[in-house]
Amino acid sequence: MPSLAYPVPTDLSPATVKNTASLFRIVTLALISGAAIASRLFSIINFESVIHEFDPWFNYRATRVLASKGFYEFWNWFDPTAWYPLGRVVGGTVYPGLMATSGVIYYLLQALNLPVDIRNICVLLAPGFSAFTAWATYMFTKEMKDESAGLLAAAFIGIAPGYISRSVAGSYDNEAIAIFLLMFTFYLWIKALKLGSALYGTIAAVFYFYMVAAWGGYVFITNMIPVHALVLIFMGRFSHRLYVAYCSWYAIGTLSSMQVPFVGFQPVSTSEHMGALGVFGLLQLVAFANLVRSHVSSQNFQKLLRIAVVAIGALGASAFVFLTYTGKIAPWTGRFYSLWDTGYAKKYIPIIASVSEHQPTAWPSFFMDLQMLMFLFPAGVILCFRELRDEHLFVIIYAVLSSYFAGVMVRLMLTLTPVVCVSAAIALSSLLDVYLNPVEPDEEQDAVAQPAKSGPADAAPSTASSKSTSSTRGIFGIDTRLVVVFNTLWMLSFFVFHCTYVTSTAYSSPSVVLASQGQDGSQHIIDDFREAYYWLRQNTEEDAVVMSWWDYGYQIAGMADRPTLVDNNTWNNTHIATVGKAMSSSEENAYPILRKHDVEYVLVIFGGLIGYSGDDINKFLWMVRIAQGVWPDEIQESNYFTPRGEYRVDENASKTMKESLMYKMSYYRFADLFGGNQAVDRVRNQHAPKNIELGLPRRGVHVRKLDRPYLPSQERGHARAGSEERERL
Amino acid sequence: MAGTKQSPATASQNPLLSLWKAYNDQTPDRLKFIDAFLFFLMLSGIIQFAYCVLVTTYPYNAFLSGFGSTVGQFVLAASLRSQVNPQNREEFKNVSPERAFADFALGSIVLHFFVYNFLG
Repeated sequence: MPSLAYPVPTDLSPATVKNTASLFRIVTLALISGAAIASRLFSIINFESVIHEFDPWFNYRATRVLASKGFYEFWNWFDPTAWYPLGRVVGGTVYPGLMATSGVIYYLLQALNLPVDIRNICVLLAPGFSAFTAWATYMFTKEMKDESAGLLAAAFIGIAPGYISRSVAGSYDNEAIAIFLLMFTFYLWIKALKLGSALYGTIAAVFYFYMVAAWGGYVFITNMIPVHALVLIFMGRFSHRLYVAYCSWYAIGTLSSMQVPFVGFQPVSTSEHMGALGVFGLLQLVAFANLVRSHVSSQNFQKLLRIAVVAIGALGASAFVFLTYTGKIAPWTGRFYSLWDTGYAKKYIPIIASVSEHQPTAWPSFFMDLQMLMFLFPAGVILCFRELRDEHLFVIIYAVLSSYFAGVMVRLMLTLTPVVCVSAAIALSSLLDVYLNPVEPDEEQDAVAQPAKSGPADAAPSTASSKSTSSTRGIFGIDTRLVVVFNTLWMLSFFVFHCTYVTSTAYSSPSVVLASQGQDGSQHIIDDFREAYYWLRQNTEEDAVVMSWWDYGYQIAGMADRPTLVDNNTWNNTHIATVGKAMSSSEENAYPILRKHDVEYVLVIFGGLIGYSGDDINKFLWMVRIAQGVWPDEIQESNYFTPRGEYRVDENASKTMKESLMYKMSYYRFADLFGGNQAVDRVRNQHAPKNIELGLPRRGVHVRKLDRPYLPSQERGHARAGSEERERL
Repeated sequence: MAGTKQSPATASQNPLLSLWKAYNDQTPDRLKFIDAFLFFLMLSGIIQFAYCVLVTTYPYNAFLSGFGSTVGQFVLAASLRSQVNPQNREEFKNVSPERAFADFALGSIVLHFFVYNFLG
């Protein structure tokens, strides 16, 4: 009987301990789900139950179609109002998993006589699925270590801001369900690999299919699992379990992923998916060679066999290379290629570089999103290295790959967060395992004791042992244990405070309504976006085409319900460039373009009055760049700068700039607001120009007055909305 | 993959014969039965692929689902083979032969559901 650092009850039967432990687990998971859901509701409680951002508005609109007209109508939905002259085949250009999920929930609740509005289902879908994510992370981490690490990981991912940022209530985006599917597919893959079970492989394939239907980030899974399998093969860890798991996943998963119309034949024709196919072929080779080797004994023959395998592998690889060169296999798309060549997008595809979440991540945002998990993360990875079972390799590869991707692109922080939570939970749980273990090390056992697990070497281990002063290592006494455990608890509770703080301040604002604090702490809500959109909705004909920059396309379609020229689904670069050209040309040149596209309203967001920096003047250079990419003769970026190379809007602005449609529309009668005083643009901190004349036809003027001076021109012919501070992230 | 069986073809005639003999002697009958099925699937896949390359790829989804079903069925049957192989007993401690067959059946049903859906 080893001596104990603190008394432990000995009269409990193992069954009681087991039952109590599982009760605790259930209660803890329930509490974690509650915390995960509750911490995402700040935006509803502070503002209202409304869809945020830009993309979710399209998802919401599509879900409304699904809920009102049924699944087949949604599947074959052709939307004539988007991309106005062209229209958009929505069924074939969308990942339908998100809409289908909320549609199913909607019909389910209806069947239960709980008639919940579809909007509320859309708003609350992400918090609901975050609870599932916590559970899936628990299951995943349980496979890596044990249940206690799993609970820690579930608690981490339940409240980590890196994941909350994309899943607050109202953020009805694909990521809302995708992270749950990601973690659950990974869990099933690990399970299939461990057991060598085709059942788990099949279920993994089915959830992979769901993931493909839900998010374009499924490519991450498509490459993560093959890389894992490949590393296992190269480390000489090939087993028939790997063969069973991988092949059942790949065969069913690939065929099922092709059922999604948006994906189509890509899994057999694009470079992103070729890794999975290559590893599939390699596995067949290796498995066959294994089979043959089990039947023959001759050394020479085995050598020959190995050579044959290598030769066929090389042949297959060169076939891939050949097919890629001849164009039979499509090369990497720009969106993925820009992850490897980080300067690529800026040079060749300005539309990818123009999105702010495609920028590299700065260090502070790692710490803001993950706080202490960030420094526990490498420790967990190292602990994985120390044990290095097959599934630990998965965590290591996942950690390395997603750290790289998160460093290259801000939005991929999202795929990093789960592995950070898992790995930090492994590290923290290993620490607690050691320091909560009441068994004192003693001299007799020392020779046979397990390799000393003590983390930080204890200060005075030798005082406790009388004879052997040298070899006894470990943790003695309750005080050392308490110091470490209390420190850990303090860190954990501080983590909770940090997460709540970041969530409530940074990630819970619905970007559709803008809140600003008055000097007395009172809150002003600036609701100009929706006012403008509802003005359009109520005061224009139903088929009046609205031209705006593509950022606002989805919101116009969702809130104003009017046809738009371009929207956030940037599939036709030329069409966007047309809008960019119209915005950046002079009125005489822009007017024919507008007429050709039946444009009746032009919507421009101007934030110069109240200092809203995300307005169209600040995005103007991207419009110019995108237009220049298509019409280099007519639009030149350098013309919009002053001779000294500055981007100015005041009197010194270049002639082209002053004549551009965007400039004139933004500053039209802006100076009048200041009643003869010098007009100041609060975003650019420059004097605004006076006497801007708009020559375009205007029918009627709609003037609005608010309690603060407000840009009054919403014109029949040209609507314009002034809006306040909001950073698009 | 269809091409894998050819890998020892580069070896000389004598080892091949000995391999064939060893295979015949050492393999239990039920594994041979699965191997016959595998061989049939491989032939079917080769014929479909040859048709696709030589004649037409036109209903590409039909080709993909047909070829995918043979490949998928092949790997599922090969998985079953390695799961019930007595030599791999210690690798698959949790998978009894009956369980392996049930997994195979379920995997095949799911596979063919997607195949029929994709035939179009």
